[in-house]
Amino acid sequence: MATATAPTYAPPIERKRYGLMDWLTTVDHKRIGQLYLNTAIFFFIFGGLEAVLMRYQLMSPNGTKVSADTFNQLFTMHGTTMIFLAIMPLSAAFFNFLIPLQIGARDVAFPRLNAFSYWVYLFGGIFITLPIFWLGAPDGGWFAYAPLNTRQFSPAHNMDFWVLGIQILGVSSLAAAFNFVTTIINMRAPGMTLMRMPMFTWMSFVVQWLLILAFPVITIALFFLQFDRFFGTTFYSLSAGGDPLLWQHLFWVFGHPEVYILILPAFGLVSEVLPSNSRKPLFGYPIMVYSGIMIGFLGFGVWAHHMFSVGMGPIADTVFALTTLVIAIPTGVKILNWIFTMWGGSVRFTVAMKFAISLIAMFTIGGISGITHASPPSDLQQTDTYYIVAHFHYVLYGGSILGIFAGIYHYFPKIYGRMMDERLGNIHFWINFIAFNLTFFPMHFAGMLGMPRRIYTYDAGQGWDAFNMMSSIGAYLLVVSTSIFLYNFLKSKRSGAIAPENPWDAPTLEWSIPSPPPEYNFAQIPMVTSRYPLWDLTHPERTAQIPHTAVGHDEAAHRTGEHITASGVHESDIAPMHIETERKSAEELGIPMPYPTIKPLWVAFGIVVMLSGLLFLTTNKVLAFSMIGVGAATMITFIYQWLTSPVE
Amino acid sequence: MANHAAHTSHHYTSTGLDSKKIAIWTFIGSECMLFASLISTYLIYKGRSVVGPWPHEWWCAEGNRVAATAAELANCPAGQLYKPILNIPVTSVSTFVLLCSSLAMVLALAAVENRNRPMPPNAGAWQKALRSSKLWLWMTCIMGATFLGFQAYEFTSFVHEGLSIRKNLFGSSFFTLTGFHGTHVTVGVIWLGSLLAIDYKRGLGPKDALQVDIAALYWHFVDVVWIAIFTLIYLIK
Repeated sequence: MATATAPTYAPPIERKRYGLMDWLTTVDHKRIGQLYLNTAIFFFIFGGLEAVLMRYQLMSPNGTKVSADTFNQLFTMHGTTMIFLAIMPLSAAFFNFLIPLQIGARDVAFPRLNAFSYWVYLFGGIFITLPIFWLGAPDGGWFAYAPLNTRQFSPAHNMDFWVLGIQILGVSSLAAAFNFVTTIINMRAPGMTLMRMPMFTWMSFVVQWLLILAFPVITIALFFLQFDRFFGTTFYSLSAGGDPLLWQHLFWVFGHPEVYILILPAFGLVSEVLPSNSRKPLFGYPIMVYSGIMIGFLGFGVWAHHMFSVGMGPIADTVFALTTLVIAIPTGVKILNWIFTMWGGSVRFTVAMKFAISLIAMFTIGGISGITHASPPSDLQQTDTYYIVAHFHYVLYGGSILGIFAGIYHYFPKIYGRMMDERLGNIHFWINFIAFNLTFFPMHFAGMLGMPRRIYTYDAGQGWDAFNMMSSIGAYLLVVSTSIFLYNFLKSKRSGAIAPENPWDAPTLEWSIPSPPPEYNFAQIPMVTSRYPLWDLTHPERTAQIPHTAVGHDEAAHRTGEHITASGVHESDIAPMHIETERKSAEELGIPMPYPTIKPLWVAFGIVVMLSGLLFLTTNKVLAFSMIGVGAATMITFIYQWLTSPVE
Repeated sequence: MANHAAHTSHHYTSTGLDSKKIAIWTFIGSECMLFASLISTYLIYKGRSVVGPWPHEWWCAEGNRVAATAAELANCPAGQLYKPILNIPVTSVSTFVLLCSSLAMVLALAAVENRNRPMPPNAGAWQKALRSSKLWLWMTCIMGATFLGFQAYEFTSFVHEGLSIRKNLFGSSFFTLTGFHGTHVTVGVIWLGSLLAIDYKRGLGPKDALQVDIAALYWHFVDVVWIAIFTLIYLIK
């Protein structure tokens, strides 16, 4: 760890001080990534506190701390917050920050659209979170099963906030997904072929496709519910002959790919942390890519395993059980390849590495419990019990969150230019690891003993008491560990040791430039020679076994040359693979940068105001229509301004 | 930054294609799933409405729970017999107009691309017309607007015949599906209208071909979706 704590060989960097307007108008993917990261950590803590309140209530039998109604709001908002406002945006923080750096680009394909995605997410997050403060929050579960959530059975505004909020957040995810797919396809440095892209970029690429193909389905399901609730259509109306399974099918056609949207970025991050800290290339890179694609592809064919208990009949049950079991194969391949990556490597146990290794172990437990309910007869025993709660926390916390923590510890130096405190990080890791297992492992037993999900209280003497007590103590300990993390994060941002450009001796492009990267990322776009371009320079012995193009290889040079002449980019813009340590301004280097702009923020704001107007449709028509009008006018005005002003 | 004007218009890209073109294709991919969900819901709910009107069936007496049998129809009292609601001949006309608009769109793009090519000295009126991007953009817009006019007529006449969006499952799924498509056509007409405005302001030339091409891709997609909707909803009984 000598490299991690040696501030000497990098001089302190004078960081530009950014004012409020700089943040509101930024179109720099790295700073948008920071905005995502900080906002999502806030929502992660908020959603965590909601869970702690639930554990406080369930700590002992016949708890009376919160009412049944409040409990409904807590579990709905805990799920919704963690999925849509914490894990997805935490992944988005890394998409934003890392994808352009890993592929050798100066920004994403559409910088202003990127800013738009963030502002929609922020406003949508605030919109859906606010009502918890007057206990009017959504209370129909994060899955919001219709017809239970039609106006007939849920007359108050609670679910209106959910329907509109998720619709808004969908806009953010879709806009970001178009942007990143285009970025990955079109903005790669010369020589950065698809099969040389870092694994995080690959997994992100798969995730963007899942977003593009899965989100329209929930959008339509939400439109139906929105129309039913606001305009009296009959999609989910039982008296009109509507099918109570329509929502479930549409929701889970989105909902299951969503599971992979949550987990694959964490897989990608771990696939970066493990090779760097094992000082060895990733084992079986191509098969890791294919299994990631396979997981994404199969993810669209398993949705009805969430619905075995509705009685779809033996054929549907069998088909969905089989596809679900098949998905264990590519996932198992990934687990084995991570283990083989470490095998024979010279492993360095940084905090990030510990989180990555714990992901392998914890996700495997979650995966195995998942296989037990891939089989319908076994699932019928487990469905709607705490066993399921245990399962998906092992994959979402033990998978996504541990992977994201690994990513934060690993990439913090690159993002903020300072090292995170490894000692505090170790304390965070161990308390977190113990607390996580203490919270969620007993839930397996409580569930097997028949404790149903989503109940706000329970009677003593059913064998659940001790398990619930353990889970609650674990939840409190998670608060302790997360507080340590938060303290470490804020402290290191302010006063951590100055980070060199490559503290972990990692092999990919983002580590070949200063920490934090200058606004233009790469002064000269590097010509990529292999999957581990930086190790080609610093540790050629580690990459001897993997496919290469020599620096200045004819074909690469020829292809680059073509583009130079066709595009008019100066030859000096592209250079053989190199390490950049100098920090100049974009003007000095003559690199055109996109103008900062506030228009995306106003467009996002207009959309949220417009949709908020629907809330008043029944109570105050004048207010409703003026909000819809003002919102639409704001949106259209700023879209027009946006389209008619140059990017750079 | 003015001295880098050469950079700004053409960035280096891995595929050599403009990023906007890739983005519109991913957007179209997403739109496919949007319409797939809408069409699936329509087909799932087909024949499940508990009250009329129905799309293809004659039916007798308001309030019937099912479409009437042949015997009932024969005995149906005057004034109680209701015809199927979908008007295939009228919609065939609007479908034809929408499909023709795609042809006009292709010609508009070709005219923009060929703007700077010299006109042959003995060019006839037709050859000159082919070079007019304004003409073909106008044609596309007008045909799109005509389609929307037909749709407005269709919607109002359906409402007069008793089919509202709240009436039954058929009404909800039909109006939502075709309404979504109509909204897409409206967006397309506005988009093409803005291109037309630019054309009048400064003339669209080969350097604008990409912008027109992207609008054209969107327009053709909206047309193709209509072919699916027309076949599955109108033609198949």
